[in-house]
Amino acid sequence: MSARADLKSRLWSSVVQVVVALAAFAMGSLAAHAQDDRNAMVIQNATVITITHGRIEHGSILIRDGKIAAVGTDVAAPAGAKVLDASGMYVMPGIIDCHTHIAVDGDVNEGSTSVSSMVNIKDVLNPYDVNIYHELAGGVVIGNVLHGSANPIGGQTVVIKLKYGAPPDELPFPGALPGIKFALGENVKHSNFGGPTPRYPATRMGVEETIRDAFTRAKQYEKDWADYNRRKAAGEQNLMPPRRDLQLEPLVEVLEGKRYIHCHSYVSDEILMLIRVANEFGFKVRTFQHVLEGYKVADEMVAAGAGGSTFSDWWAYKMEAYEAIPYNAALMTRRGVIVSVNSDDPEEARHLNQEAAKTMRYGNLTENEALRLITLNPAMQLGIDRQVGSIETGKDADLVIYNHDPLSVYAVVQKTIIDGRVYFDRDKDIAQRAALAKEKLDLLEKQKSALKPPAKPGTENEQKGKEAKPKKGKETPEAGGSVEGSGR
Amino acid sequence: MSSAAGRIRWRSLRRKAFVSVAIAFLWALYVAAQSPSSGVYAIEGAKIFTLAGAPIDKGTLVIRDGKIAAVGASVAIPADAEVIDASGLEVYPGLFDPVTQVGLEEVGAVRATVDTQETGDFNPDVTAATAFNADSAHVGVIRAAGITEVLTVPGSLGGFGGGNSVIGGNASVVNLGGWNINDMVIERHAAMELTWPSISTGTFDTTTFTFRRLPFDEATKQYQKKVDALSDLFDEARHYAQVLGSGTSDFARDLKLEALAPVVQGREPLLVVAFSARDIRNAVEFCEAQKVRMILGGASEAWKTVDLLKRNNIPVIIGPILSVPQTDDDPYDAAYAMPGQLHSAGVSIAFASFNTSFSRRLPQYAGTAVGYGLPREEAWKAVTVNAARMLGLNDIGTIEPGKIANVVVTDGDLLELRTEVKYLFIQGALTSLDNKQLELYKRFSSRPRPKTEP
Repeated sequence: MSARADLKSRLWSSVVQVVVALAAFAMGSLAAHAQDDRNAMVIQNATVITITHGRIEHGSILIRDGKIAAVGTDVAAPAGAKVLDASGMYVMPGIIDCHTHIAVDGDVNEGSTSVSSMVNIKDVLNPYDVNIYHELAGGVVIGNVLHGSANPIGGQTVVIKLKYGAPPDELPFPGALPGIKFALGENVKHSNFGGPTPRYPATRMGVEETIRDAFTRAKQYEKDWADYNRRKAAGEQNLMPPRRDLQLEPLVEVLEGKRYIHCHSYVSDEILMLIRVANEFGFKVRTFQHVLEGYKVADEMVAAGAGGSTFSDWWAYKMEAYEAIPYNAALMTRRGVIVSVNSDDPEEARHLNQEAAKTMRYGNLTENEALRLITLNPAMQLGIDRQVGSIETGKDADLVIYNHDPLSVYAVVQKTIIDGRVYFDRDKDIAQRAALAKEKLDLLEKQKSALKPPAKPGTENEQKGKEAKPKKGKETPEAGGSVEGSGR
Repeated sequence: MSSAAGRIRWRSLRRKAFVSVAIAFLWALYVAAQSPSSGVYAIEGAKIFTLAGAPIDKGTLVIRDGKIAAVGASVAIPADAEVIDASGLEVYPGLFDPVTQVGLEEVGAVRATVDTQETGDFNPDVTAATAFNADSAHVGVIRAAGITEVLTVPGSLGGFGGGNSVIGGNASVVNLGGWNINDMVIERHAAMELTWPSISTGTFDTTTFTFRRLPFDEATKQYQKKVDALSDLFDEARHYAQVLGSGTSDFARDLKLEALAPVVQGREPLLVVAFSARDIRNAVEFCEAQKVRMILGGASEAWKTVDLLKRNNIPVIIGPILSVPQTDDDPYDAAYAMPGQLHSAGVSIAFASFNTSFSRRLPQYAGTAVGYGLPREEAWKAVTVNAARMLGLNDIGTIEPGKIANVVVTDGDLLELRTEVKYLFIQGALTSLDNKQLELYKRFSSRPRPKTEP
């Protein structure tokens, strides 16, 4: 082949390559564009409960890239978008639970010390906790995952989206301020534990002093660092930095307004105590949790800028809950407190819509006020109300679809959506059951044959195997190792 | 004694007497205001759900002498009746919580206020009505939610009541209105509580707040020991009942066996609290062998034993159905859907709180079950008449002439969360809906607001 022919051929080849590349690019961008539309979803013909702009009958919601792109009665479905007909259904913002302990690997209490601010719930998130799925089936999309209430100052806390099965790093709500759990009253003074009282504090007086002591140390720590940084900035040489203190660091963040306090509390006097201590040291209490006597000191809570996150109708399970009233949420609301209704329990979370509805009967909240208690209000308490808590253009597409009005006891969740993705679908769940049951049975059979002891009669193994069988042969052994009487 | 001292004492006595009289007078006024007035009432213009036939659209209900005198669309209003205009309202039989510890427990964590459970495994001779606190704050609170009578149950209730006794004692049916337990009790020995012993490989020790673990075969041995003791006790009771029936007086009286005699003779039902499928199967087997009238209580996994319960015709008092699945692999709505499944299989069901402060959630439990497949009409029955029938009580649970007038008048569907109770009749007495919580609400609603700053 001549050099010219060779050049020509190479030229051609280049042209072809460029054309192919261009075509591929064009097709690729076309494909990407079509993908975009396929990523879009429209929920049509529903009663849309926006929370901030009333109810829209026969309304539609356009979701794109995980956000709400449009809401109204005249939202057109773009070509290629997935259309979800929700005739007769109700759509509302996904439920936000301001007090949960799900998705935690193991115990929620570091109860060995009265100030456990060094530990962090974020470090022990378990995205495979099946309670996450159970709560999705109850319309919950966001949880404020709290440390337990064993200590006046408990561990650090985190707000998560209930993305079941996502890597642990993807659970925390982007940009949400972290929190810290405080607790007052009977739990921290170990009133109901039986036996001798093992540690300080044993009274509500001691609880106050435990917190004052911690913040006295935190203030000193803050000052030590400020002094160090100032002198260092001034060019001083050979400075020794203060020793890092992991217990006090989160408290300094509280003092600097970078970390929210969520404080477990029951009776009115301890609520007033923490407000007094907060004023003394110059920090804020973001929410009082449980706050069953909040109705007695609602005005003081308003003045302190503290929210109240309470139960609907729990009472009398311990002495500090004996003056609890189901009118608490409504009464605090009427006095101007930002109120949410929370669960503190994986089952209670699954029917928070029902719990919110009770405030209409106990205290005459309106329908929208009742639903705010589990949507926009907890979003405000967690400082995420610009992203979630209502159905508005630009907000995260966190939605729940019910077959009846969510304030009715008969309402059943049909779908739960987080960031535009369907995380729970009742029809699909039901359709999968037979296959899953079979899969489980097959696995158990496999396990049984794998575990079969060698056929030597009278071995210890076999005897144990015999005894471990349930009395009436037929059923498969109770798998999952359910531990009865384990105490709820 | 000096006369001065005598005078002082006399003066102080007079003062005391005056104070006492004054207190008595005020008390009498208070009592008059609170006292249920039992008389003749005509509730007019309401939609009446008798639960013994089709609802009556603008019906009249006449109550006289504590009983339902007449009900229907064209019932004449007696001249001596106090008329209650109930147009737009709905009338139902009062709610019946058939497993609770109301009256036995005031504040769960305060032992001095808790009389739910005796020590020891077997206490068939104790009776709930004996310890029922007629002035419990819970009585007024759950009354305001429409509950007119309860079966208050001694024992561990399978752990719901704490502890681990086996035979808890006699459960009593109690009206939630009256001056003391003697006015209130409908049936002292309505059912015998038996918490079926579980094979527990793990128990939570509440004194140390730690889990104790047992090997399975060890747990099985402990279980078998308890069941053997139980079988022996029932056998003895049967022999004892034979002796009682023989007319002889030549035997040593035994109060525990005497208390079990009506149970082994099938006169008093045995309320067996069991949750797991295995426990339910074992309990049914035991009751069949012992030929006792079994009511299954709790029954979280009854959905796995539907055929067995149907075949043996065992009614079920379902524990709080707002419960997460028993195991990770169960359907997420197993507990919610179970009442509908049991009902459609032909098993008789009732709902119960198995609790004290959550007793008022009874209609919420039934309503949730409706969302997951139970017919609404059946749900109403399952919070009223069904449990009464299981206990053999024929004079409560429906609105029919001759029945005890335990009646609730609401502004809407009995099971809906926003529905409010407007009137409540217990044994024909128009009963106050005031309670501790409403009083606190009123008191703190009227707290003066802080002055707004200039």
